[in-house]
This record gives sequence, C-alpha cells and structure tokens, in this order.
Amino acid sequence: MTAPLVDIRTVTHRFGQQTVLKNVSLKIEPGSYTILLGPSGSGKTTLLSILGGFVSPSEGKVLIRGEDCTTVPPAKRPTTTVFQDYALFPHMSVGGNVGFGLRMQGVDAATRAARAREALALVGLADAFDKKPHQLSGGQRQRVALARALVVEPAVLLLDEPLGALDLKLRRQMQDELKAIQKRVGTAFIHVTHDQEEAMALADHCVVMNDGRIEDEGPPERVYARPATRFSATFMGESTLMSGTVTAVKDGTITVAAQAGSFSLPGTLPTGTAVALAVRPEHLVLGPDGGAVRLGTAKVSDVVFQGSFKRVLAASEQDPALHVIARIPAAATVQPGDIVAVSCEAGDVILLTG
Amino acid sequence: MRALVRIASWLYALAVYGFIFLPVVVLVLFSLQATSFPIPPFTGPSLRWYDAVLADTRLTSALVNSLLVAALSSAVAVTLGFLSAWGFARFTLLGSALLRGLITLPLTVSYLIIGMGLLVLFNWAGVPKSLLAAGIGHVVINLPLCFAIIYSQMGDHQINIERAARDLGAPEWKVLLLVTVPVMAPAIFAGFFLSMTFSWDEFVISFLLTRFDTTLPVEIWNLLRSGLNPKTNAVGSLVFAVSIVLVVFFELMLLRRKPA
Repeated sequence: MTAPLVDIRTVTHRFGQQTVLKNVSLKIEPGSYTILLGPSGSGKTTLLSILGGFVSPSEGKVLIRGEDCTTVPPAKRPTTTVFQDYALFPHMSVGGNVGFGLRMQGVDAATRAARAREALALVGLADAFDKKPHQLSGGQRQRVALARALVVEPAVLLLDEPLGALDLKLRRQMQDELKAIQKRVGTAFIHVTHDQEEAMALADHCVVMNDGRIEDEGPPERVYARPATRFSATFMGESTLMSGTVTAVKDGTITVAAQAGSFSLPGTLPTGTAVALAVRPEHLVLGPDGGAVRLGTAKVSDVVFQGSFKRVLAASEQDPALHVIARIPAAATVQPGDIVAVSCEAGDVILLTG
Repeated sequence: MRALVRIASWLYALAVYGFIFLPVVVLVLFSLQATSFPIPPFTGPSLRWYDAVLADTRLTSALVNSLLVAALSSAVAVTLGFLSAWGFARFTLLGSALLRGLITLPLTVSYLIIGMGLLVLFNWAGVPKSLLAAGIGHVVINLPLCFAIIYSQMGDHQINIERAARDLGAPEWKVLLLVTVPVMAPAIFAGFFLSMTFSWDEFVISFLLTRFDTTLPVEIWNLLRSGLNPKTNAVGSLVFAVSIVLVVFFELMLLRRKPA
C-alpha cells in the first residue's frame, strides 16, 4: 500500500476553553477530491486551516508527502488555499495575481506570464490577464483565485467554502467545472462545505464532521446509502428516523421492536441494544402493496410537487415521534389528510447504533 | 417660513465660513499691497513683497529647512505609525488596548509640553538644538496621528489577502511590502500628507528645539518682532498655499478609496 498524500494523525485543537477538533485522524489519497462536510461549528474549517498551516494544532501531527508539516508555516508547505472571499490582491492585475506564487519562487517574468496565461486558460479566463480584480464578476474572481492557487502546482489544494458566495445557478455550474479541472490537473483537492448536494456531486471521498469529530467517511454513495451514524444519516440527505430496541438475534437476522411495529432485519447485534432505523425518502412506499417491512399507517400532512417527483410529509398514527418523509412519483395521487400505509424493503433500512 | 429658514441657514453658513476664512483673505489681499504697510486702503495689486521674500536668503533657506523637516519627519512618522498599526491589527498582544491608548496619548498633550520635555531630554542626552531635534519632535507629534489613521483603515478583510500572499510563499517582509503597503496606500499617503501639513506650520516645538538653522514658522516669528509689513503677509500666504496643497493631497488620498 502506498503512503497517503496527507496523513492527519490524532489532531486535537482548542481555542481557549473550547475544543473544536477532538482526536481527528484522516488520510487523503493522491489525486482524490475530498469534501469536508459539516454544519458550522463542526471544526471543518479549523481542520482546513491546520492543513494550510494557518493554525497549529494543540495536539497531533500533520504529514504531507510523508513529511511532518505540523509546524511548517504556510509559505513553506506544499499546499495552497482558495479562500472563501477569494482574497485576490486588489492592486494587482489578474495576471499579477496568478503569477504571484511563481514570483515568490523566483521564476522570471516571461515564464511567469506564460504560466499564468496557461493557468487562466485552464479556468476559462484566458482574456482576463490584464484586467483588475474589481472588473470581474464573483464567479470570475473565484476562477482567478483557483488559477492563482493551482499555478504553483501544490501537492494539495485547499478550498474553503469556495462556492459559498455565488448564487445557486452559478454554484452548480462552478461545481461541475471544479470537478472537471480537478480531473484535468490531477491535484488532490480538499474542499470544505456545508452543502450536502455539493458534497455528493464533487467528492470522491466524503468526510462528514460534527462537533469536532469525523462522524463518517467514504465514497459519497456509501455515505448516503449506508451512513455510519444518526448524524450522518440526517446531514447527508433526508431520512425517516425511528428508535427501537433489538429483541432477538438469530442466524444473522435481528428483530427490532419499535413503536410503529416489529421488524426483522439482517444484522448481528446483541439483544437489548438501542438502535435507530433510517429509511431514505426514495425507498419508502406509500400504499397497501408495499415492501416486507411494515411501518404502520401515517396521516399525510403535506405534499410538495417538485417537478420529477412529489415530496410527502406524513405523521405516523402509531408513533407520534415518527415523521415520515417520502418521495413518490409525480403522477401519484396523494392528498394531505389521506391515511396511507407505509412500508419498505428490509435491505433499504439503515441500522444505526451511533 | 421655510424660505426664512433657508435664508437663515445660508446666513449662518456665510458667517461661519467668513469667520474662518476672512483673516486669511485679508492676509493674502494685503500681501499684494504696493505700499509699505499692510493696512487699508489697498494699493495693489503688486508682487513686490513676494520678490522681497524670495530675495531674503534667511527666509528661503528657512523654507527649504521646513520642507525638509516636514518631508523627512513625516516619512519616519508614517513608517513607524504603519508598522505599529500593523502590529496591533495583526497580532494579539498582552495589554493591547492599553498600549494602543498609550501610543495615541501624545495627541492630547500640548505641543508646548512635548517640546519642553524633549528640550530637557535632549539637553540631558547631549543632543544639540538643531533641525534634527525639531524633526524628532515632529515625529513624536505626528506618529500617533499616522497610527490612528492607518489603524482605522486596517480592517479584517485584508487579513485573508495577507494570508494568501503567505500561502503562495511570500516571506513576511514581502507580504508587507508587496501586499499590505499597496493595499493600505491611501491611508499611508493620507497620514503622510497630514503629518506634512502639521509639521509644515508647527511653531512651538521648532522654536524650542532649533537654534541657528530654523524652520519657516520660527523665521516668520522673528520677522514679526520687527513689526507688521506686507512681507510677512507674503510669506504667510506662501505658507498657507503650501498647506492647502498638502491638505488637498490628504483629502484626495483619504476620499479616493479604492474600488472594492
């Protein structure tokens, strides 16, 4: 097995009395697109700052390309950052901005200009070389910041909520471009966001953070389909969640008793374990001809037409704490006030112990 | 009623501006007097007293001295003021608020006290009365001003710009020179020109700390001791003209904020 490009080892960080990172370990593979996903205050931006060298962790180590970079200043480490506010140099031209890193390396002016033009062409801004940052739109400034960070060929590119300041349409467009650029240059990207759609669209490796800890990490498909914790199930996409207890174990099948009913699921947990069950909206079936796992009946409270599907919110009649979120075909005829049977397949139930 | 208020407000404005500028207008007007006394009736216009000023080597060398002291002391004050503003804005220091108060404190102390203090200090340290001593005095009075102007303009939004430069491999002195100083240029120039204005017509400290070579305000005071004549008006008008130029530069620098 090859060494990871970035190896974060048991990093803990405190700001005063507050511990913002708690014993975090993470490995980043070369050429991967990693997303650090979490709500504000989850520690994801602090982790990025530690990677960039702007913050020294209270405990733990950061290795980049096998070298200990824990206390190496930003100027001397093989990382560059795309800041949330872009942080372009307002007094320099776009070309001057993009060439700045090369200038610091002592590259001569002609080479610098040529490489800055190449980098600008890469982000689709070939003709902006002589403009000033204030003449550009938000999306264009974003690209300049990206070109400026990429032109020095860092081992890792760090992006701090790079799309946060853009409007939704531009954000989705830049998202596709970021992915395309990452594939073209092959640099490892580490991108911080609180937008789970962005995370699912971009990540090769998705790291879900909450309260200073990594809750879950893996390919976004896996994190979505089989989240490791209750938090991960609710933050990455929507779920219908209910609590239950394991009442019997037999031949790789467990019986879970919940207020809405009792279900047989694949698993091997000891009897008496408190568990949470989560079902993704697209896996819930409303109506009498459903799956094997019967979740009782629910009263529909809201139906929202979303174009290709309808989003249904319903309250369980057996368990007042159970809020059903389902996604049904746009053609289905469900009205608020209807009482419907809710069910799903046993394989679609996500068993959570965390 | 509304018209009355309007007229009253115009009258008020006229009175205020008249109060401020009438002495200057009189000064400039009688500097153009053709006869020997700067009192009505006006006999000019004539430039003979300006000729007399420019022919007076004591005055012209004092004028050069003044410009030199103003430019150099302001350059030193603005450099030190910038560095301390940057330090206070970017680093967390123990007792930061107290130190910040201390650095701006000279703004509230009278020039006479500062001048006397320096006189005693220089006497003790063996620094002779000279233009250099006066220049140091001007740094003392202008540094807090430069600090206050630059510190007020040094916002958090520049922190990430400096970080970006560091991130791209710039050592700290290059971050300062290539990024912070250009970004702060309007405030730095504003501080410089305001310092020059204050140094240019500062009298008390220069009077206390210079002896043979002296600055223009001190030389004008010497001239006034032999009584009023249009030559004093002429040199006063020149001083005023230079001050206006400096203040205009200051305003331009402070008002012409860079586009965001």
